[in-house]
Parts: sequence; C-alpha cells; structure tokens
Amino acid sequence: MVQHLPLIFKNSLRNKRRTILTLFSIAASLCLLGLLMAIYYSFYFSEATKEQSLRLITRNKVSLANPLPLSYLPKIRQVPGVQEAMVFQWFGGTYKDTSPENFFGRFAIEPDRLFTVYPEYRLSAEERKAFQSERVACIVGVKTATRHNMKIGDRITLVGDIFPVKLELVVRGIYASDADNENMFFHYAYLNESMPVGRRDSVGTFGIRMDKPESVNGIVQGIDDQFRNSPQQTKTETEKAFQLSFLAFLGNVKAFLIAICAAVTFTILLVTGNTMAMSVRERVKEVGVLKTLGYTPGIILSLLVGESMVISLVGGLMGLGLAALLCTVLRNMPSTFADMSGIGIVPPIFAIGMAVSLVIGFISSLIPAYGASRRPILEALRVND
Amino acid sequence: MDIPLSYNLRNLVARRTTTIMTALGIALTVAVLLSIFALVEGLNSALASTGHPLNVMVMRKGSTAELNSTVTQETFQIVKVKPGIAKNAKGEPAASLEVVTVIVLESPELPSGINITLRGLTADGFAMRGSDIKIIEGRMFTPGRREVVVGQGIANRYPMARLGKTLTFGKGQWEVVGVMDAGRSAANSELFCDLFQLSSDQNRETTLSSALLRATDEVSMQALMNNLANDRQLNVDAVTERSYYASQTSAAAPVQALGIFVSIIMAVGSSFAAMNTMYAAVARRSAEIGTLRVLGFSKVGILISFFLESLLLSLLGGLLGCLLVLPLNNLQTGMGSFVTFSEITFNFRVTPAIMAAGIAFALVMGAIGGLFPAASAARKEILTALRQA
Repeated sequence: MVQHLPLIFKNSLRNKRRTILTLFSIAASLCLLGLLMAIYYSFYFSEATKEQSLRLITRNKVSLANPLPLSYLPKIRQVPGVQEAMVFQWFGGTYKDTSPENFFGRFAIEPDRLFTVYPEYRLSAEERKAFQSERVACIVGVKTATRHNMKIGDRITLVGDIFPVKLELVVRGIYASDADNENMFFHYAYLNESMPVGRRDSVGTFGIRMDKPESVNGIVQGIDDQFRNSPQQTKTETEKAFQLSFLAFLGNVKAFLIAICAAVTFTILLVTGNTMAMSVRERVKEVGVLKTLGYTPGIILSLLVGESMVISLVGGLMGLGLAALLCTVLRNMPSTFADMSGIGIVPPIFAIGMAVSLVIGFISSLIPAYGASRRPILEALRVND
Repeated sequence: MDIPLSYNLRNLVARRTTTIMTALGIALTVAVLLSIFALVEGLNSALASTGHPLNVMVMRKGSTAELNSTVTQETFQIVKVKPGIAKNAKGEPAASLEVVTVIVLESPELPSGINITLRGLTADGFAMRGSDIKIIEGRMFTPGRREVVVGQGIANRYPMARLGKTLTFGKGQWEVVGVMDAGRSAANSELFCDLFQLSSDQNRETTLSSALLRATDEVSMQALMNNLANDRQLNVDAVTERSYYASQTSAAAPVQALGIFVSIIMAVGSSFAAMNTMYAAVARRSAEIGTLRVLGFSKVGILISFFLESLLLSLLGGLLGCLLVLPLNNLQTGMGSFVTFSEITFNFRVTPAIMAAGIAFALVMGAIGGLFPAASAARKEILTALRQA
C-alpha cells in the first residue's frame, strides 16, 4: 500500500479544480463540525477543574428568584465536610447602560471568605488587603478590566435592577485566574446595608467549598435535609450542574447541536460521495489500463479508496485548523450566558474529527471504486467518457 | 434563440444520482437555516400576540422585568385613580395589582428543571387579559386558597403540573385546578393563582410586583403613561403590555446568531459541491456544447442555459429542504428569556415567508455554484469542444 502512495497523490491532483473544490467543501463542513463538537464537549463533557469539583452552590428549591435567609449560612457551615461557605449573591444591575457590551457578572460576596472558596483567583497581597478592608471596594477580572479600561482607584456606579439600590464602588484590585476573568466582586455587607430594612439579610445563593470531592453526597444531603421542613427549602448542587442549568435555559441545546452535527456529517458524505463517483466514472478506462499492467482488483480498489481518504483527510485537517482559529475567537468573546473559556479543539475532538473525515472518505468511495475495480478489462477499455 | 429549459431538465434527470445527491446537500443546508427561522418565528409570534393593545404595565423605575419590579399597595391605590383608566364591568377602574415570581418545574426532558413564571392576580386581572384566555379543563382558582391554573403549554410539557397534581412552593401545597388556553400568548407558559394567597405565602403582602391598567383609548393611554412616568412620588415607569412582551424577542438572539453562522458555513460547502457537479456536467457534455454552438446557439445562450440548470438543481434542493422542515411546524418547544428569567412555551412556525426565504437561500447557492462552470462552458471553442469526447 505504501509504495502506491505517490500514485494516489498524483491521481488526486489529476483534476485539480475538482480536488480543490472538494477540499474546500469538506473543510467548511469539518470546520463547522469541529466547532460544534468543541462547544458540545466544553458544555457537557469537560471535567470540572480541581477547584470547581470542590465547590457546591445552594439555592432556594423553588427557584433562584426566591431568596434564602442569611441565617442559613452558619448552619451550612456546620455541615460535616464543609470547609468554608459564603454568601454568593448575583447582583445583576447595569454598568453604564443595558447594552450587551456592558454586561459582565457582578456578585456580592464576603471578601474574607472569597479566596478560600475560590482559591484560583489570584490577587496580590496588597490588593487583597485593600479590597478586604474597604466597604465599598470591588475587584474585577482582568478580561473585564481590559475591555472596559478599568484601573485601580476607578469609581464605578452600578444601578440595581433586582435590588433597588445604587452602589458606588471603587476598584481596589484586578484578579486573574485560570477559569473566568470576567466577573466583579464586592462586599455583600455594603449591598445589605443599602437595602430597605424589610429586604435585608436575604441571599440568592451560597457558595460552598468542600474538604474533598468525595464529601459531595454527604454535604448535599446534610444541607438539604436540614432545611427540608423549613419554609424555605434548599437545593444544593455542584457548581458545574448549577452552570449547566443556565444553559438549559436556551432551550434544548443538546438536541440542537446533535441535530446540526448530524446534518453536517450527512452533507459531507453526500458531497464527497458525489465527487468520488464522478472521478471514478471518469477513469474507468484508466482502470482497464492498470489491469492490463497487472494491477489486481484489490490494489485498484485500495488506490481509489485511498485517494478519497487522502482528500478527505486533508480537507478535514484544514477544517479543524480553521475551527481551532474560530475557537480562539469564541474564547475571547464576553461570556454572557455560558462559559466559553473552555472551548477548543482538544485532542478527543481532533481525533473524532479526523476519524469522521477518514470514515467519510472510505464510505463515499467504496461503492463507485468497487464497481470500477470489478469491471472486466475489455469492457473498461471500451468505455468512452 | 434560447436553449429550451426542457434540455436542462432532461439533463438533470439523466444524471439523477448526481442531481439528487447535490440537491440533498443543498436541502440539508436549507433545512438547518429554516428550522432556526421557524423557531425564532414561533417565539416572536408568541410574544407579538401577547398583550391587549390598550393595556399598560406599571413597574418600578429602573426595572426591566416584572420579576425584579416592586409596586406597593400604596402606590397602586394612587395609580388606579389616574385619569384615562377604563372602567370594568363592576364600574371600578380596570386595574390589576399582580405579584410575579418564578418556580422550577421539572420535566422528563429536563430533569434539572427550568424556571416558569408564576403570577398571582385577581379575577379582575384575569378578565383584563381579554377573551382570548379560556379555562378549557377544570375551573378557575378560588380566592384565598392554594390553587393554580396552568397554561396549556405548561400542562402539555410538564407532567408534574397537570390537572389534579400538587405543587410545593410558598408555605404549602398548591393544587392544579384548571388548565387555560391562552392561544399563542405568553400566558400559555405561565401559572396563575390568587394574588393574596401568593403574596402572603411570599411574605410580601404590601410589596407586590407590577400593575396592569386598561386605558380607555389610545390617546388617553399615552397621556396615562406620561402621567405615571412623570409622577416623581410614585417612582414608576409605564409601558404598553404589547411592547413589554415584544422587547423579549431578544431571547432568541443567541440561537439565531448561531443558526445563521452555521447555515452560512454549510452554504459555502454546498456551493462548492454544486460547483463541482456543474463543472462535471460541463466536462461531460463538451461534445453537446460544441453541437449546440454548431446549431447556432450563442455563447450567451449556453451561459444562460448552464446557469439555469444550476438554479434548477438548487431549486430542487430548496424545495426538498422545505419539505424536510415541514414536520417541525407546530411542534411545541420552550426557550428561556433572560428578561423574565423564565421559560416561554411556543410552537415552531414554518410560514410561507420562511419557506420563500429558504428557496431564495438555495438559489443563491445555485447561482454561486453555477456561474463559473457556465462561463467555462460558454468559453469553449467549437472545434475543441467537439473533439473532446
């Protein structure tokens, strides 16, 4: 087989225009397939990071719009296995205006506990101290800080929508992490004091850090059972599951992605199948010549199938390369509804993409190539095409 | 003189395997685009058909949604005596104070559950929703009891919220006593219950969410909205109910953007495939082209003929694509809106306009794929063309 490789390459270049068109067609489809699989993978398959797998989120069982009393916090902290728990309150609100460019996550938290629950947030010791000691201080992720040109010492006004308050904050630190770099954190105490008396001391979610990942079931039960007979029941889940529940909001994303992937794969199959059929049909006569030279039907079959596989493999490589570029673009987009920072053509996706190209190259050429390789020499030589 | 179209049709039939494969590729591309369009159209039509044209919604200034708005009883008492509000059957102002929250409902499709809007209102408020809403199963909720009426979309999609089931929220168990048919409007994906029972269960008897007012006519509606917005003591904003729902169409934006992006890349692939097919057609019919030229058909005639053939091919693809998405029509689905923080149920809608757009999209692919091969066919020299066989 290996000694025939030069012939396969030569053959694939015999109709350059067709080969190039086919390459582009396969590349476009595989780019799409790779991109969609990368999105799917990062949403549903990617492993939680080490820190992430140690975190749980507790919210009101009825829904996120129903708060929990702040008095739950000390009780949660006493559940065996809980290393630390803190208020983790989505603030929302508007920064400057409601345009999507000015959207980023804003959370009211407890600065003394933030770095225990989220150890991946890196902040210099001075910045951390400045943030923790000032009531109106806030920190922002480096991505958001760059995008909005925020510097330490800048004053930022947030107008609440869920909370009827206007917060005047000062940037005291810019954090970096391996996961998100887009959020803003400020003191829950400041938010709480700013609220009307009747609406104080209520919390949307609690962030919890466990001592080890194995404690998860015990803690979930420990917390939720404790409040089962309270007016406000809780639901505790892993951070990953919590994030996925937001994705479910966009509709049936899973089915949507799978359906498109299937349509794309089928389209490539049609395209390459069609091209290979055309190119084989064109050289039936040539097959006859090869046979007179002593090539067996088996070798002819593998020559034709090999050519198709080479073309689709090259097209697949081009497509996946393009997809990798697009993934970089996606990673740098502000993540409004889902965390895109993990999207990339990771090895499993690359392997699947390559396998799809090869299988498509194989299947699409099999029938026409088989037919051609079985043609009797005389009949093949007589064909005028 | 033009080359008859039947020549192209026959050619497509003669090479039927290639024709069908290329057309199917185009059809799938069209189908992907159209299914996204049908989804967005369904959502938009549900949102556009919600709201009485004379209804005005009052929310706290700065609130973008009922969920994070607060309107106190006190404010409501001032609001409802403003001029321009119609009278209801009892001779009172047609105004409804409402409390809105979300609860999580689980379904077999989505075991982790999704947010659904729960609205506490009075019988008067129910009446203000217009005659489009009817109880089709069971009965209306009784004031002062933990009873809910669910939209038909909810009853269809969430078995746990069907007639006779009980839901746990607030301070106890709520019985589902009725199912309402709200046409395509948003109430189809909401739960309705008694205002006072829900607000007391939520410990917010005095601070509710929003108020709905019915204006007497369009002119006084505008005046009423200005009056409310300018009353600094009230600190409220007023918008028409129609525009409140219409503004939520942005929910579909991410899916729409992804769908269009996917379709365009697929279209690039399909155009190349169509180009391949047409080049092959030109190459195989070299002798025919020479013959046509000898018979006196012009270069332009040949160009047009091959271009038309490509358009025919893609038209077939477009039609097949429309056929593929037709089964989606009226299929029920749901999508979350980050404005209301809850899900809205709607049906896919494959309208004639959408199908026309799909066919146009297919023709564009055919045009791009056909232009160069047709030009190369027209450029062929008669003698070389005749000799290539």
